[in-house]
Order: sequence, then C-alpha cells, then structure tokens
Amino acid sequence: MNIKKYSIIFALIFVVLIFASCSQTTSKNNDVIKIGVNYELSGDVATYGQSSVEGIELAVEQINKAGGINGKQIVLIKYDNKSEPSEATTLASKLMTKDKVVAVLGPATSGAFKATIPVAIQNKIPVISGSATADDVTVDKNGVKEYAFRICFNDSYQGTAMAKFALNHLSKKKAVIIMDSSSDYSKGLAENFAKTFQEGGGTIVAREAYVKNDTDFNAILTSIKNKDFDVIFIPGYYNEAGLIIKQARGQGINVPILGADGFDSPVLLELAGANALNNVYFSNHYSSLDKSPVVVQFIKDFKAKYNKEPDAFNALGYDLAKFVANAISRAEKIDGESVKKALESTTDFKGVTGTFSIDKNHNPVKDIIVIELKNGVQHSAIKVSR
Amino acid sequence: MGKILDSRFGKKIIFLLLTFVIVQILISTNIINDYLQATLATICINIILAVSLNLITGFTGQFSLGHAGFMAIGAYVAAIMTIKIPTFTSFILGTFLGAIAAAIVGFLVGLPTLRLRGDYLAIATLGMAEIIRVIFLNLEVTNGAAGLSGIPRFVNWPWLFVFTTGIVLLINNFLKSSHGRACIAIREDEIAAEAMGINTTKYKVLAFVIGAFSAGIAGALYASYFYFIKPNLFGFLKSIDILVIVVLGGLGSISGSILAAILLALVSTYFQSFPEIRMVLYGLILIIIMIFRPQGLLGSKEISLSTFNKLGKFFVFERGRK
Repeated sequence: MNIKKYSIIFALIFVVLIFASCSQTTSKNNDVIKIGVNYELSGDVATYGQSSVEGIELAVEQINKAGGINGKQIVLIKYDNKSEPSEATTLASKLMTKDKVVAVLGPATSGAFKATIPVAIQNKIPVISGSATADDVTVDKNGVKEYAFRICFNDSYQGTAMAKFALNHLSKKKAVIIMDSSSDYSKGLAENFAKTFQEGGGTIVAREAYVKNDTDFNAILTSIKNKDFDVIFIPGYYNEAGLIIKQARGQGINVPILGADGFDSPVLLELAGANALNNVYFSNHYSSLDKSPVVVQFIKDFKAKYNKEPDAFNALGYDLAKFVANAISRAEKIDGESVKKALESTTDFKGVTGTFSIDKNHNPVKDIIVIELKNGVQHSAIKVSR
Repeated sequence: MGKILDSRFGKKIIFLLLTFVIVQILISTNIINDYLQATLATICINIILAVSLNLITGFTGQFSLGHAGFMAIGAYVAAIMTIKIPTFTSFILGTFLGAIAAAIVGFLVGLPTLRLRGDYLAIATLGMAEIIRVIFLNLEVTNGAAGLSGIPRFVNWPWLFVFTTGIVLLINNFLKSSHGRACIAIREDEIAAEAMGINTTKYKVLAFVIGAFSAGIAGALYASYFYFIKPNLFGFLKSIDILVIVVLGGLGSISGSILAAILLALVSTYFQSFPEIRMVLYGLILIIIMIFRPQGLLGSKEISLSTFNKLGKFFVFERGRK
C-alpha cells in the first residue's frame, strides 16, 4: 500500500502547485463590460505598449465618465506580455477564458499580435491592434482572419503613399532607397515604394542596405553621392535614420529625405540635430498640427492627464479604445461574436487619427498624414488620401 | 506483478502515470483551463531546455551559451514541416527531424569548439547561436524577421508529457551509465579524467549532441504550441533565460532544474496581476534566492522518490510492511 500512498501525496503536491496559480476568483458582475489589454509594458518595445495603454486608459476614463456604454461601465483588465509573442498568446487565452472579456486590445507589434490570433479564432473573441502594421496581420493567403482587426494602415500602403507623395507633391523622379535589410517592415516599405514610384514614371537610381544598430553610413553615402538623384527614401527606424540624415547632410546631400512612421520619435532630433532636419518628410498616423476639433480636444485632455504632448501611439491607443467601445455600443449582445460583427460594420468612425471605415480585410480605410520637418520641428502636415 | 510494482522502477511508473492521469482529468474537467495549459506547456518546454543544458553545463562542465540556437533549429524545422503539410505525422516527423538537425549542428560545432575550455567555449557557442539566428533572419523559407505565423497546434498535454518525461529519463539514465560518469569526471578534473583513459573530446561532444537534440525537441514543441516564431525569440537572452533556470535549480541537479522551471513559471504567472512591477519582482526573487542559496535551490543534490519515502514516513508515522 505504501507505494500508492506516497504516489498520491506526490501527485497532490503537484496538483496543489497548479491550483495555487489559479486561486484568484473572477467576479461575476454583469453590470460592467470587460475589455482585455494585452500590451508590451516591459521588454524591447515597452515604449510602444506603454504609450498605447496611456491612450487607452484616457479614452476609457472619458467613456466611463460620460456614462459608459449603454449604462455599463468599462473595466480594463491589463496584463504585460513582456514583448514576447508566447507570453502574448498565453495572456490572450487568460483574458478570454478566465477573465471572460468581450474583446482584447493589443499587442502593439505585428509579431506578438499575430501570435494571439489563433487564440481569438478558437474562443471567438475579437482581437484589435492599434499599431500592428505588417501586411499579413489581418489577411493572408488563406483569406481574412475572422477575429483580427486593426485601426492603423499597413506597411505597403505607407510605401505606396510616400511614392505618390514624392511624385505628385514634390515632383521628384529619381530616388535612392536606403533600407534596413534586417527588418521586414523596412523591406516591405522599400518594395512598395519602388513599385509605385516606377509605375508613376520614376526611376530607382540605387538601392542601398544597412543592418540594425549600424552607426557609420558614410560608405553608403559616398557611393551614392555622385549619382544623379533628387530624393532619398529611408524606410527604417529613428535610431539609424537619425544618423543617416545627419551624415548625409554633413556630406552635402541636400535633397529631400522621405521616411515612414519609424521616424516618429524625439530621438530622431537628438541624433540628427536640428540643422540636418530640413526638407525631411515622413508618413504618420497622426499629427499634433492637425486643427480638427477632435484632435485639439484630444491633445488638451491628454496634456491635462499626463502632462506631456501625445505621440502617435498615444493617439492610436485612444482611437482603439473609442473604436471598440463604439462597436460594443452597436452590438446586439455583449459577446465576442456580436462585437466582431459590429466591428466589421463600422463606417465613418471619427477618430483622432482620421475618419475611417473598416474594409472587408479588416483594415481601416483612412488618409495618411505626411509631416514635414523644418529645423527639427513639425512644420506642416499634409493629408495624402488613397 | 506486485514485485514489479514494489521495485523502484514500479514506483516511478506509478508516480508518472498518476501525475499524467490527474492532470489529464483536471484538463478535461476544465479546472486547468486553456490559460493554465499554456503555463503547463511553458513549464514542460523549460524543463526540457534546462535539463538538457544542465547535462552540458552542470554535469559535463562545459559552459555553453548557445542553447537558444539549437532550440531555433528544432522550432523552424518543425514549423516549416507542419505549415507545409498540416498533419499529425508531419508534426512528429518535423519534431524529430528538427531535433536531429540540431544534433548534427551540435556535432559539427562541438567537434572543434569543445577543445576550447571555459570562457572561450562560451563565446564560441554564443557566436554559433547568433549565426543560426542570422541565417534564419535572412532565409526566404523562414519568412525573415517577420517570422512564421499560423503554425498549426498539435501539441497537447499527453505529448508534452511524453516528450518531457522521455527527455528527462533519457538524460537521467545517460548520467547513471558509464558514459555519464565519464562526463562528471571531466567536470571534476579534465586532466585527471584523461589520465584515467577517458576520451574527453568524445564524451564532451556526446553530451553536447544529446543536449542539442533535446533543445531541438523543446523548440519544436514551442513552435507548435505557441503558433508563432521569429528569429528574435531565439537570441542571446533566451540562452540566458535557460541558464538562469539551470543555475537557480543547481548546476548538476536534474530535479533542481525541474523544480526551478516550475517555480519560475509559477512566479511569473502569479505576478501577472501586477503588470507594472512584475519583472521587478521576478528579478528580486532571483537575487534573493542567489544570495541565500548561491549553489542553487538543490545544489548538486537530487530529489527522488526515496526522498519522498523518507518524508512520507516522517509524516505518516507508519512503518508499512517492513
């Protein structure tokens, strides 16, 4: 008998260990609407996650103050996925199966967001990201992913828009592309820029590549210096782009430099210096120069709560929460399936990052904003529509 | 029958089966829900990784920082196989192919580098893991930096259990064999071991290859359970994470590695309710444990069924059939 007894003791210890981790009880309260927040609050891309969550919390605070959704208050259940996709998957299933949320916001980056989509499909609860821009996030070769949505434009659209901007607004025909070969974001943008630019009658004079964390770009710049071009496109992040711009201007290359939302950081100014940041344009989700009443009110509210200027991630987080709340208010019932249907049928949602509708691929149809930098500060914002 | 069950072997079997059946029952009654199953998967995968790294670092004394690289190979081979042909057979085949590929790379890398010692080996293995990561970053079939998404999930609790116990038993039995003792002799004193006639390079490579094979299996389980992999997941920090589990549990203790893998997963799960300070608390616990138990939770001791036998006697006050 002994053996069995000890084995049972053993097994019990094991079970207790597992039970211990699920001891928290969830309250069954029907008067609130639970929304999950699954963001990168620590790790590599914590700034994206933290900024998004600030925006989300501001929006939810406002909605609750104004009476909630059809009289029900929103409760956010917030977890940190450590910038790890596997953690994001785990937390998505925790939010859906244990906390019983009706929708999950985030994660911010495409990879982590994609990792949560199978869980969403399995539990029939929609996941919505404010900033997952990779092309295959909501749709792939097998068709649209039923429970995945986003409210930001995708990478290929940014590339296309910047090519159109170079051709139509700046009237440039000869471009050089300097891209980050270690980033898919950069490759995607470069490809789409080149395609649209060539279709529009432009030529790509040269394509140069660097890898993340490079600091000296003089070799690349010297090799292109004597070529005949009138615009440079740098689809990369602010860390390298800042240095490229500084070194290019230092070498006397004064043609316009174009970039995408990866430029949007105060670090760009620190690295490049104000003198170099002239004649620089980048596409973005939102600009604080926008004078529409929604944006002005948002900037005012944001400053009142956090005492700083909102950035694009703050704006996207804010829009994300309002957008989901809007869908829930139109849903027939408060469950994943109904909310998903309401999200799909969103038309003309007026957000801080523009007015948009959701298309059949679960992407928003919205304008892109191109920001011009003069002496390092945002000088003007130009809307480029599809 | 009774005799078999009375033997140590029998006790082990009963214990393993009971663990398996109880967890399986809890899963089917949904007490262990999807979320806790994911924690369970993390625990099992970390156990495989930690035990296999312990074989290399704790028992053979070779300081390797390349475990994430082997994991990546297993993960990518299994992921590509199951995406191309989403059937269960292809998952099993992919898992073993991945593990074998990892073992082959381990052999090719181990043969020259294991002649190095200490810091040099650490740097060489670190370099190897980086090379593997950068290769996956630039290949067409691995979809570069964006990674592979939509990997079908074939891993469930029975398979996690089979692979985890399989690997632990394999490594445990290896260590109890004459080969294993040779490895431990190399750790204690390489020159003395060589003087005793042990072919040190052979045994170091053997331990390295078994470790790589196991890490490949862990990678395949990871890919299949968590739907998504990208090269950045298998960077330097992943190797360090595994090393943390091994050192925390005790270098040279299989049960220590298992205990530490379970402990860290539970700690991480507990603190999810405090998202802002979660990683701070996690780090704090590591520091506190390392201050008070610098040799790791178990040092080089093992917990076995006989330890529990003694404990059982202490608690139950029963002499049994002695």
